[in-house]
Amino acid sequence: MIPESFVPHLPALQIVLPLLAALIAALVRNGTVGWLLALVVSWLMVPVSMAMLGAVLDGGTISYALGGWRPPLGIEYRVDAPAGYLLVLVSAMGALAMTYAPRSLASEIPVGKRGLYYSMYLTCLAGLLGMAITGDAFNVFVFMEISSLAMYAMIAMGKDRRALVAAFQYLIIGTIGATFYVIGIGFLFASTGTLNMVDMALRLQDLGDSRPAFAGLAFIVVGIGLKLAIFPLHLWLPNAYAYSPSVASAFLASTATKVAVYLLLRFIFSVFGVDQTFDDLPLTEFLLVLSAAAMVIASAVAIFQMNVKRMLAYSSVSQIGYITLGIALASQAGLTGGIAHLFNHAIIKACLFFAIGAVVYRCGVVKLDQLAGIGRKMPLTMGAFVIAGLGLIGVPGTAGFVSKWYLILGAAEQGLWLLVIVIVVSSLLAVIYVGRVIEVAWFREPGPALAKASEPPFEILAVTWALAAGTIFFGIFTQYSGGVAGDAAMVLLDGIGPSDATPLLTRDELFDPTVSSGHVETGGGETGGGETGH
Amino acid sequence: MEILDQITRHYNYVITIFLMIAGVYIVVAKSNMIKTLIGLSIFQASVYLLYLSPGKIIGGTPPIIGEGYEVYSNPLPHVLILTAIVVGVATLAVGLALVVRIHEAFGSIEEDEVLRELEHE
Repeated sequence: MIPESFVPHLPALQIVLPLLAALIAALVRNGTVGWLLALVVSWLMVPVSMAMLGAVLDGGTISYALGGWRPPLGIEYRVDAPAGYLLVLVSAMGALAMTYAPRSLASEIPVGKRGLYYSMYLTCLAGLLGMAITGDAFNVFVFMEISSLAMYAMIAMGKDRRALVAAFQYLIIGTIGATFYVIGIGFLFASTGTLNMVDMALRLQDLGDSRPAFAGLAFIVVGIGLKLAIFPLHLWLPNAYAYSPSVASAFLASTATKVAVYLLLRFIFSVFGVDQTFDDLPLTEFLLVLSAAAMVIASAVAIFQMNVKRMLAYSSVSQIGYITLGIALASQAGLTGGIAHLFNHAIIKACLFFAIGAVVYRCGVVKLDQLAGIGRKMPLTMGAFVIAGLGLIGVPGTAGFVSKWYLILGAAEQGLWLLVIVIVVSSLLAVIYVGRVIEVAWFREPGPALAKASEPPFEILAVTWALAAGTIFFGIFTQYSGGVAGDAAMVLLDGIGPSDATPLLTRDELFDPTVSSGHVETGGGETGGGETGH
Repeated sequence: MEILDQITRHYNYVITIFLMIAGVYIVVAKSNMIKTLIGLSIFQASVYLLYLSPGKIIGGTPPIIGEGYEVYSNPLPHVLILTAIVVGVATLAVGLALVVRIHEAFGSIEEDEVLRELEHE
């Protein structure tokens, strides 16, 4: 499927293609051309990331020396199990969003701006993939800002003028988050003298307990916390998701916060390692309290939302609580649950936003009281909403159940019974807020406003149902989400050992063009497996 | 006196911390969106100093391999901050563009006035 000579360069392709396409889309400024570019590039990214995940799971980490400069001197693109998992998730969500996009977007954005929207989407995609793939701490910041700036523009293109205020507030908070992240990296760079994450991890192990390094970690956790909307830092999220165009809401809800979670995992587990973050620092207690608060309070707030998109956004905040809960448990079961929930929640929430997007496309309403009887007018769309809603609650047989099961296992393992109760209570709250929509949509007579409502066009329905089917598929065949998440959790818990490092070049090798050729691939036995102990 | 000595010897960090806190304070305290963006820029500028000042070694030279070049300063912080400055300018540009659009839509750039108007809708 992919030409042989391309294979070593797949990691670079993930960034270069979307960025180039974004530039072309911005220059052409034509909606149709922009959409075609975005569609083709997004779908191309899927086999590319699948191929990389396959290679990683077969054995070994892919390390790509960008520009031929070998790490740790040059920027390294590094794909291991967690990174590969996330690349597949982001590219698949991008491909589905672009399949869904043309008519839905055309109803929400004026003609002249459509090409620019696709350009922004492609930039955002490049940034998100870049954050997942890069092994360089400062490069992460650059990609973070590339994706964030594009997101601000995408959100501001919403029809409602509230979208502008939401985008501005997100810009302020997002920039503060990114700047906190750079401050943290500055501390780590000053302490270790390197920016390559593997190299940094090894040098931090030699450094031992270092106050500047811990201060750096604190800045990084808060900075990333702002980006991933960890509970008290979530205030930008509800409005940003509620008033952006439907396609943007679904794409951002399923990818942007997930990539931020991935970064948090990288810094806590790979760069610092479990010994330092969980044994020397009270990170478990800190994250447990915030996660539990997110799961209960954000769910409770979601119940009182009249705008369905805003309700889904608050539900996102509470679901992020589940993911950070898995991180806080820092055990194989807990982390597997957290990473699996990252994947499952992306599918479920995208499906819900796409279903509501279909309603917006047909009827232009998102207020709960205007949706009375919509299930009878658009049974297929709202049917998908019900299935994904069940997944959100965590009904057995759906994807949401698998990850919640792992989380409960992880909490029970450590004797945290109160936490098990919190997980159940939060799920019951989800029953209420999902149930409200289902009750209004199916058990009330359709009002006059919905008289002309009918099922949306084929591509919108197909994407929504593909995700609804995914909700059930990953709930039954757990080896695909739970299994890969388990592999990723194992890699993260193992941390970084000396065998992960690329050997530093001597001075003669550095100036020898034959040594620093395009890429370096490490073999299977050296990395990834269980032998990289501390 | 030791504290005073510490402060005078590390005056570059004192300036950095002052700018950092001043920037965040403006972002939090001011309702005018342009002022918020100014605060954000000051906050970002403080980070430039945080990187640049440890990057310079007194008596250090550019990293050139050759006679007479013994102690050298790491050039990497400068390159990083060049990138960060570009990012900062881009952020400011997007922020100002949003303020222009908000002014068109609401007729005000005071955040509390805009939010009050939205409440009445």
